[in-house]
Amino acid sequence: MSEQSLLEGRADGDRLTLVGSGVWTAVEAAELERLIEAQTAASERPRTVVIDMARIEKFDTYGAWMLERLIRLFKERGTAAQVVALPANYQALVDEVHTVNFKNWPAPEEENKVLTTFESIGHTVYTVIHSLRAALDMIGAVMVALLRVLAHPRNFRLTSMVHHLDNVAWRAVPIILLITFLIGCIIAQQGIFHFRKFGADIYVVDMVGILVMREIGVLIVAIMVAGRSGSAFTAELGSMKMREEVDALRTMGFDPVEVLVLPRVLALIIGLPLLTFIGSLAALYGGGLVCWLYGGIDPDVFLQRLREAITIDHFKVGIIKAPFMAMVIGVVACVQGFEVKGSAESLGMQTTASVVESIFLVIVLDGIFAIFFASIGM
Amino acid sequence: MIEKAPQKDVVIKVRDLVVGFRDQNILNHLDLDVYRGEILGFVGGSGAGKSVLTRTIIGLLPRREGSIEVFGTDMLKANEEERRSIERRWGILFQQGALFSSLTVRENIQFPIREYLHLPERLLDEIVVAKLEMVGLHANVRDKFPSELSGGMTKRVALARALALDPEIVFLDEPTSGLDPIGAGDFDALIATLQQTLGLTVFMVTHDLDSLHTVCDRIAVLIDGKVIAAGPMETMLASEHPWMKSYFHGARSRAEARPARHGLNR
Repeated sequence: MSEQSLLEGRADGDRLTLVGSGVWTAVEAAELERLIEAQTAASERPRTVVIDMARIEKFDTYGAWMLERLIRLFKERGTAAQVVALPANYQALVDEVHTVNFKNWPAPEEENKVLTTFESIGHTVYTVIHSLRAALDMIGAVMVALLRVLAHPRNFRLTSMVHHLDNVAWRAVPIILLITFLIGCIIAQQGIFHFRKFGADIYVVDMVGILVMREIGVLIVAIMVAGRSGSAFTAELGSMKMREEVDALRTMGFDPVEVLVLPRVLALIIGLPLLTFIGSLAALYGGGLVCWLYGGIDPDVFLQRLREAITIDHFKVGIIKAPFMAMVIGVVACVQGFEVKGSAESLGMQTTASVVESIFLVIVLDGIFAIFFASIGM
Repeated sequence: MIEKAPQKDVVIKVRDLVVGFRDQNILNHLDLDVYRGEILGFVGGSGAGKSVLTRTIIGLLPRREGSIEVFGTDMLKANEEERRSIERRWGILFQQGALFSSLTVRENIQFPIREYLHLPERLLDEIVVAKLEMVGLHANVRDKFPSELSGGMTKRVALARALALDPEIVFLDEPTSGLDPIGAGDFDALIATLQQTLGLTVFMVTHDLDSLHTVCDRIAVLIDGKVIAAGPMETMLASEHPWMKSYFHGARSRAEARPARHGLNR
């Protein structure tokens, strides 16, 4: 900064001369604002104000706006300020900011705390109802699309479905195997550790078998798939929506549900039971391994005991749930994908909502199935 | 800063630039000068590398050979501080606007200002209104989100953001593409006005022959990875190069119908 102040005042009777000098640019805007406040507050209502701008070295929109604000502040107090010796090349800029007005700048409204609380409750209720309706709409639309495809099988997008099946199921195999294997190991280890206290080691096999077949296998796999593929579906559909690709499909006479949603949902419905099956096997394998190495139960004994402990019903209970969970994951993911608005932030929000909602619904569904199977004695 | 210097002061100096992807060189030993205070129109066929050059100058793409000096400093050799001070002195209007979709118009324009300067809130708000009115928008768009704006408005807001820090150079990537002829004409006039009031140097990639005729001081032509010609419209029209002939004298050109106008009221 130069030694000289950017704005200096010299009072001469009721005539005030302000001398601007140096660099009036964005960098100095904060300093300028302070000086302007000081000048307009200090002086006692001069009759005339002359602003001498001859010694300005650099000038930009910020400087021009500061000059304009200085003039306006004096005007508010009933004094006309006159700018002299402004270098001619800056005149256009000053004229430009002179037209800026704040008439259309409403003050922010005072918020009523009670009202905003009620408003946000209302919004939440509305959002919940809206998302329920959207999910029902989507289930209906998927059903209609499915019926239409059944009537005209040639319209079915097999390639697309196989592509999604590859992504959803085949590529998920390693991670699903690893996770379910580890879960099987952990359950067996915990079981052996605690059952040994009352000499019931061998019942670990029953526990691992029943738990994995009925609940853990399908639940772990469904949660993994919701996180892995559900989020991907939401992000894909969301960015297609953002870039008007969905609208483009619609205008070409395609039904986005038939083209985009149906192959994805069907891929999940086929893929999830398969993954559940291999996931359950991996968990049993892990459980058996831990029983042998940690619990001292020979593989022969383990298999013998497993055969006695579990029936085909246990397997059915687990695997029947898989397609329903797949349906829930697929529908939630696609609904959330279509809810994406224009912004990147909304894409992130809907993807989060998709995963959270589908995991929640998967667990709720599992609970409902538990009650159902208990009451039919399975 | 505002008056056009009588001696030509080079603000962007590109020498022997080679930029390529994999085994293909898009820009092949390219030289280009951009002078202070001019509006340079940059033309070339689709895929000729216009955007590649722009993105290389502003440092988004790496180069294989050559030097690029902006305000006399080579960005590659500059340290962090010098680079930031140069980046402060230019503004870029991307083809699609590239507004931040999760921020309002006001926040978009304030974004670079907040990054570089510490200004009081009130001044920030006033500057937003001033900038919006400068680019010909009403101040009431300031609380809208980019997704609620029309194409022309998006371009204007993006221009306001590019101008937020009062840069000395603005890079415009096809500023009038996607605008109707009236909107495009307004935008050209706006750029010319802003160039005069703010003393900008404008580097404009464009295909719009009207823009080239009305606002550009000089035109540079990029063919086969090189700038094969640079000069005012008259030079372009006089050229015998086949591509330039078909570009400037083609069916969509107005050179045949009307005499070339040079500059807006200057």
